[in-house]
Amino acid sequence: MRKRSLDMVHALARRDERVVFIGSDLSPNLLGEMKKEYPQRYYMEGIAEANVIGMAAGMAMEGFIPYVNTIATFITRRCYEQVAVDLCLHDLPVRLIGNGGGYVYAPLGPTHQAIEDIAIMRALPHMTVTAVCDAEEMTRLMDATLDWPHPIYIRLGKGGDPVISKSERGFAIGKAIDMIEAEQGASDVLFVTTGVATTQALMAAGALAADGIRCRLLHAHTIKPLDADAIVDAATKARLVVTVEEHSVVGGLGSAVLEALSDAIVGPLPPLRRLGIPDRFSAHYGSQQALMEDCKIDAASIGSTVRSLLARLRQ
Amino acid sequence: MKNGTLLSYDTDLDSVQLQPLDERSRHLRRLIFRAIENGGRGHIGPALSLVEIIRVLYDDFLRHKPADPLWRERDRFILSKGHGCLALYAVLADRGFFPIEELDRFCHFDSFLGGHPETVVPGVEACTGALGHGLSIGLGMALAARMTGRDSKVYVLMGDGEINEGSVWEAAACADKHRLSNLTAIIDYNKIQSAGSVFEIQNMEPLADKWTSFGFRVSECNGHDVDELRRVFREAAAAAAPSDRPRAIICHTVKGKGIPVAENNPGWHHKSDLSEKDLLAIRGALGS
Repeated sequence: MRKRSLDMVHALARRDERVVFIGSDLSPNLLGEMKKEYPQRYYMEGIAEANVIGMAAGMAMEGFIPYVNTIATFITRRCYEQVAVDLCLHDLPVRLIGNGGGYVYAPLGPTHQAIEDIAIMRALPHMTVTAVCDAEEMTRLMDATLDWPHPIYIRLGKGGDPVISKSERGFAIGKAIDMIEAEQGASDVLFVTTGVATTQALMAAGALAADGIRCRLLHAHTIKPLDADAIVDAATKARLVVTVEEHSVVGGLGSAVLEALSDAIVGPLPPLRRLGIPDRFSAHYGSQQALMEDCKIDAASIGSTVRSLLARLRQ
Repeated sequence: MKNGTLLSYDTDLDSVQLQPLDERSRHLRRLIFRAIENGGRGHIGPALSLVEIIRVLYDDFLRHKPADPLWRERDRFILSKGHGCLALYAVLADRGFFPIEELDRFCHFDSFLGGHPETVVPGVEACTGALGHGLSIGLGMALAARMTGRDSKVYVLMGDGEINEGSVWEAAACADKHRLSNLTAIIDYNKIQSAGSVFEIQNMEPLADKWTSFGFRVSECNGHDVDELRRVFREAAAAAAPSDRPRAIICHTVKGKGIPVAENNPGWHHKSDLSEKDLLAIRGALGS
C-alpha cells in the first residue's frame, strides 16, 4: 500500500506538472526514479516536520500540489499546528501520506503507533481523512486526489495487505462502498469499517453469514467527509451496527458514525458497538496482528463479539 | 543595553531610540490608531516597531499591484509576526489595496481586518498569528518561484520573540540547503517580547552570528531610519545571484516607536483599555 501510494505520486507527477513530492528523511533512494525524472519536483528534507508542512503550504499557495510523506505519528502529532493553520485554514490541496496507520509499527512502540491520527485530523475544518483497505484501492484513491481541492490525510497500512477491493464497485472520495453484494437491504448486523480493519470485519462477516447471520459491510475509506446518508440508511435497516477500526475508540470512525446517526435520527438510535483500540497506549510490542487481537479487532474476536451482542439483543 | 553581545552591532542603538519620524511615518501611525480607536483593542507596541520596515518595502521594493493583489509576478511579503498586523493594514490601505474606511471596522464582527491577518484581506499573502510559521511558508513560495522560473522575491518579517520558536530554525536550515537567494528574513529586533526583555525571557544573542551560521548573508540597520532601510534592502536585492545565500536583515527597532508613553513599555504590547489620557498622549505625539 505504501509502495503503491508513492509509485502513484510518481505517476501523478508525470501526468500533472503541479505535483511535487516532499519526504522527511525517509528510506535511501525512495522514489529514486521520480528524483531522476523530475529533480525540481522531488524534495527529501530533514527531520523537521513543522518546516516541511509550511514549505508544502507555500508551494500550494503558488499552485503546486505537494504530496508530503513521513511516519503517520510525526505528520500528525508533531506538526499539528502547521497542519491546522498552514494547510487547513488556507484550505490548500496538500496531501499528507502517513506511513504506519494504527499498529503497523507494533514493535516500535507507542511513539510510532498512530492510534489517534484519524481523530485529530478529522477535527480540523477542510481536512479530508482517508484510510483505504488495500493497494488496489490506494491506486483509485491516489487518482482521485489530483483534483480534490482540499487537504487530504492518507493513512497507510502495512503493505502486502490482502486485496479485497474491486474496481467494479467504483471509488469516489466521500462515498462508502458496500463490500457484500447480496446484502443491501435489511441485515442483522451492519459493519461500518475503515482501513485494513475492513479486511478483518469482512472475514468475520463471512463466518457469521455461514451461520445464517445476515451481514452488510460499508467500507468507509473516507472518514471525513463521511458518507452519512449511506450509513444512516443502512443503520436504520440493521438490528445491530458495529464499527471496526484500527484506531482509538475516542474520536475515530466509531465516533463519526455515532455523530452521523445522532444528527440524522430523531428518537432511539440503532444498537451500536464501537470496536477499536481502547483509550490507552499499547503496553505490548510484537506484531500488528497480535496487537489487533489484544484489542479484539481481529476477525475471530469481531465474530464472537457480534454473536454475543446479537444474543443479548434476542433476550 | 546590558547584554554585552549587543556591542558587536554597528548600529547605534541610541540613534534608533532617538530616530525622528517624518510625516509619512506619522501618517501611517495615525491610521493605526484610527483602527485601534474603532476596534477598541490591538497590539500597539509590536505594530509601531515595524512601520518603517513595511513602509519601505511597499514604497520602494516590493513589486505589487494594489488593484491586482494576486498578480503572479509580484514579490511576496509575509508578516510572520501576525500580531503586528495593524502596521500592515495601514500600509495596505494607504497604498489602495482596500478602502481606508475599512480600518474603522478593525476587529468588528463582520470586518475582514482581524487581530491577526488572514488572506481574505487584499494583499495579505498568508494567515499568520501562530508564531514561527512564516519562514517555512516563505521558503515554499521561494522554491515555487524557482520551479516556475519567476524572479519574484519573498520577504518574511519575524519578531524577536517569535524566533524563539524552533520551527524558525528548521526553516532557516532548509533555506540555506536550497540556497534561496530570493528569500529574505527580516527580524524586527525591538528587544521586548510579551513578558519582558528578550534578554531575560529568552536571549537569542549572538543573533547575527546565529543567522550567519545558519547560512544567511546578514545585514543590520536602524529599523526606523528609512534611508538606511532603503540602503540595506537595496544591497540585499542587488547581491542576489540565483544560487547565492538567503538574506537576513536585523532591524534594530523600538517597541511602541513614535508614542513616548508606549516606547519600550511591555504594558503597551496589547491594549484593550485605552484611556482618555492615553488617547491624548497619542494625539500629542502624532498630531491629528
